[in-house]
Amino acid sequence: MHHDWNSPQQLARLRRRHAANRRMKWIGLAAIGLAAGALALLVISLVATGWPAFTQTRITLQFDLDPKLVKPDDMRKGSWRKIIKTALLKEVGPVKSRKDRRKILKIISRGAAYELRDHVMKHPDLVGRTITYAVLAADPFDQFYKGVIPEYIGEGEKRFFNPRLGSPVVVAAFRKLIDKGLVSAPFNWGLFFNADSRLPEQAGLAGAIVGSFLTLLVCFLISFPAGIAAAIYLEEFAPKNRFTDFIEVNINNLAAVPSVVFGLLGLALFLGWFGMPRSAPLVGGLVLSLMTLPTIIIATRSALKAVPPSIREAALGIGASHHQMVLHHVLPVAMPGILTGAIIGMARALGETAPLLLIGMNAFIPDISNMGILDPATALPTQIYSWADSPERGFVSRTSAAILVLLGFLLVMNAAAIWLRQKYSKKV
Amino acid sequence: MLTITVLAIAVVAAAGFWLGYGPMRRMELLQEPGARTERLHSRPVYHGLFIAAWVGIPSLLLVVLWLMMQGSVLDWLLLNSLPADELARLSDDQKQVLLNEIRTLAQGNQLPGEPAAYVLEAAERLNRWRITAGWAMFVSALSLALAGMALARRRISRFFRARQAVERVMDGIMLACAGVAVFTTVGIIISLLFEALRFFAKVPVTEFLFGLRWEPQIAMRADQVAGSGAFGMIPVFTGTLLISAIALAISVPIGLLSAIYLVEYSSSRFRAFVKPLLEFLAGIPTVVYGFFAVLTVAPALKAFGEAIGLPVAPNSALAAGSVMGIMLIPFISSLSDDALAAVPMALREGSIGLGATKAETIRRVLVPAALPGIMAGVLLAASRAIGETMIVVMAAGIIATLTLNPFEAVTTVTVQIVSLLIGDTAFDNPKTLAAFALGLVLFLVTLGLNVLSMHIVKKYREQYD
Repeated sequence: MHHDWNSPQQLARLRRRHAANRRMKWIGLAAIGLAAGALALLVISLVATGWPAFTQTRITLQFDLDPKLVKPDDMRKGSWRKIIKTALLKEVGPVKSRKDRRKILKIISRGAAYELRDHVMKHPDLVGRTITYAVLAADPFDQFYKGVIPEYIGEGEKRFFNPRLGSPVVVAAFRKLIDKGLVSAPFNWGLFFNADSRLPEQAGLAGAIVGSFLTLLVCFLISFPAGIAAAIYLEEFAPKNRFTDFIEVNINNLAAVPSVVFGLLGLALFLGWFGMPRSAPLVGGLVLSLMTLPTIIIATRSALKAVPPSIREAALGIGASHHQMVLHHVLPVAMPGILTGAIIGMARALGETAPLLLIGMNAFIPDISNMGILDPATALPTQIYSWADSPERGFVSRTSAAILVLLGFLLVMNAAAIWLRQKYSKKV
Repeated sequence: MLTITVLAIAVVAAAGFWLGYGPMRRMELLQEPGARTERLHSRPVYHGLFIAAWVGIPSLLLVVLWLMMQGSVLDWLLLNSLPADELARLSDDQKQVLLNEIRTLAQGNQLPGEPAAYVLEAAERLNRWRITAGWAMFVSALSLALAGMALARRRISRFFRARQAVERVMDGIMLACAGVAVFTTVGIIISLLFEALRFFAKVPVTEFLFGLRWEPQIAMRADQVAGSGAFGMIPVFTGTLLISAIALAISVPIGLLSAIYLVEYSSSRFRAFVKPLLEFLAGIPTVVYGFFAVLTVAPALKAFGEAIGLPVAPNSALAAGSVMGIMLIPFISSLSDDALAAVPMALREGSIGLGATKAETIRRVLVPAALPGIMAGVLLAASRAIGETMIVVMAAGIIATLTLNPFEAVTTVTVQIVSLLIGDTAFDNPKTLAAFALGLVLFLVTLGLNVLSMHIVKKYREQYD
């Protein structure tokens, strides 16, 4: 049967089919665009809210360290609030009403008194002198100075003064401080070196970072050797029988068990039956190591599989035992691959939140001077959760900043894994 | 004390190593080159390791066992040492509370209110016992280490097959490590079952499985009889399914379509650019997604709802579900990517050769051929969605409402587990035990989905090879 491939109908059909093909391509591209857009939205909203927390508003004042107020014998009993009040009112100028004076004092953080006290306790020779020191501004004024919250809320008729800033008198006083050049927003080192606090302007991540470090250390010390040993056994020594099959099925299943179930295991087993301390990095590390173990085992097995047989045969050929061959020759060659897998497993463990919440690793740790693996602690992701749950407005931007810090750590770890993989993949 | 004990064991083990290594090394150095008669059977290092293993392994095992048992044994001793007439008045729950109080006091913390004299005494006793127990552990671990050293030392000689002995020990250690995976699974099942059975002793299984009301907070009040709160998991489970369905409805098309584009259409340069992007999306911790849902997505949805006159709850199922969907996109995309890439080239080329366009090849040939792999990926994603915790803890509701309306707030199994257990240590009220019953359901459902997905892959994988 003759068929005219160039008939108008056929050409139209071909055009339609090609249009359908192009449509498919564009739909696929749109799907990728949606995924990328979601990622961009996530990153932008986190950076936009988190950025202000990397600077902290401080107010530079002249403090008269009158020995009568400082009480050099026991500075903890000193009238630091009064010193701050005097210093602030000196810059703001005389304020008639007592009520206004009290409100204006709220420009300065409640934590400033302790900050000033600790500064003077560190340098006792300052007592009796007048020092220039930049104290923390309270959270609302920190936010106001950075432009995060406005002075007036709403538009037109409904416009009203932002109650969080006290009253217009206070804002006027704060403006006066700005005009005098006393208000500045330097880089917020406190975000990294302060412990947690109920005051957003004082809260920092030091406790969470140390807690995460201890937890990951325990996790690594357990899951890394145990994972390698298990993988070597399964890959090199295990006889092919039902028991080893059973172990393998178990490992694959464990990799897919929801993390919250591991938290339940930790709660019932480590806390309930073994009576281990609640909120301790030791327990957190144990639970995370059980979760990380399958990742490390799977990575180690594929790294061992990738070692060329020539290395094995050469070792056996010169008289090494099977164990010597694996430990002295195969394992070192496989090590970069194993380390890559371990770093990726650790990165995942660093972001794990739910199991740590269940074993209580969201403790409030305002003092980081003694932190061991048996003391109550918090970790970066649980700190993010606690801050996200806090009602104060200042914690919104703190939470985003903490997330950026966490993502920074993850980025560094993943970059290290990629670097390792690329550096050693060419060699063998 | 623990640090000191472990350090002491390490020191003894090091000494043991030298005790084995030193003499054998000297013997090795003294022997004539080529003199077969005087050769050592094993290298000196194996003799050293042999003694070190005998020193270290039994004593470290003892320490681990000791630490595992110490808490419960001390609790038991402590309860028995309390005045009998005080104990007789207390229920099991109250005894646990009392033990907690004593532990808190023993740590040097204050309790609200003035504790009774016998409680203060018990706290002091507990501290004394802890010190005694620490020393007892140190002494027994150290003597076990020294005994191991003495025993192992006697076997060391030129003829001793130290390498084989050390390798046997290594085999044992490796097998034990591989067994950890099994122990973990067994531990999960036993601990979930054990606590869940205690829950079912207070609340009937049928009520839990088929009840339409979930109000565990009622049982929190002290004057309520245990079990009088409502523990019907249907609304909780419906909420889980609703949020998971929203997540899959978003992630499956986007993930699958992007995988199709990446495998079939994109240039390798574009692929090299997009792949890490998706991996980054996959590497973001879920707590970050949860905060993203609260910070950006939920307010945006609420504002959008207001604009078109639709009431949207601030913690609507849609907000949590859509963010979970974003989280699952890279998961679906990479699994579909693998499934599509595994389709033999011959099928692709055959279809193109017959004159089909790429789109037709994809629709008629590739997707059907890769369907088992894609289905397995979707099932795994469903299991992830059901087990996902932090996004829903932060963005979904806590009140269990039986609804399928995505604009309302619903709660999920994982949200309930976390909210029932946060800040609560006593194991005896139905409220905490309910979390374990939910955990058991969660474990079984996700396990079922994983097994099903593995089964699909196994059954249909080789069809096109």
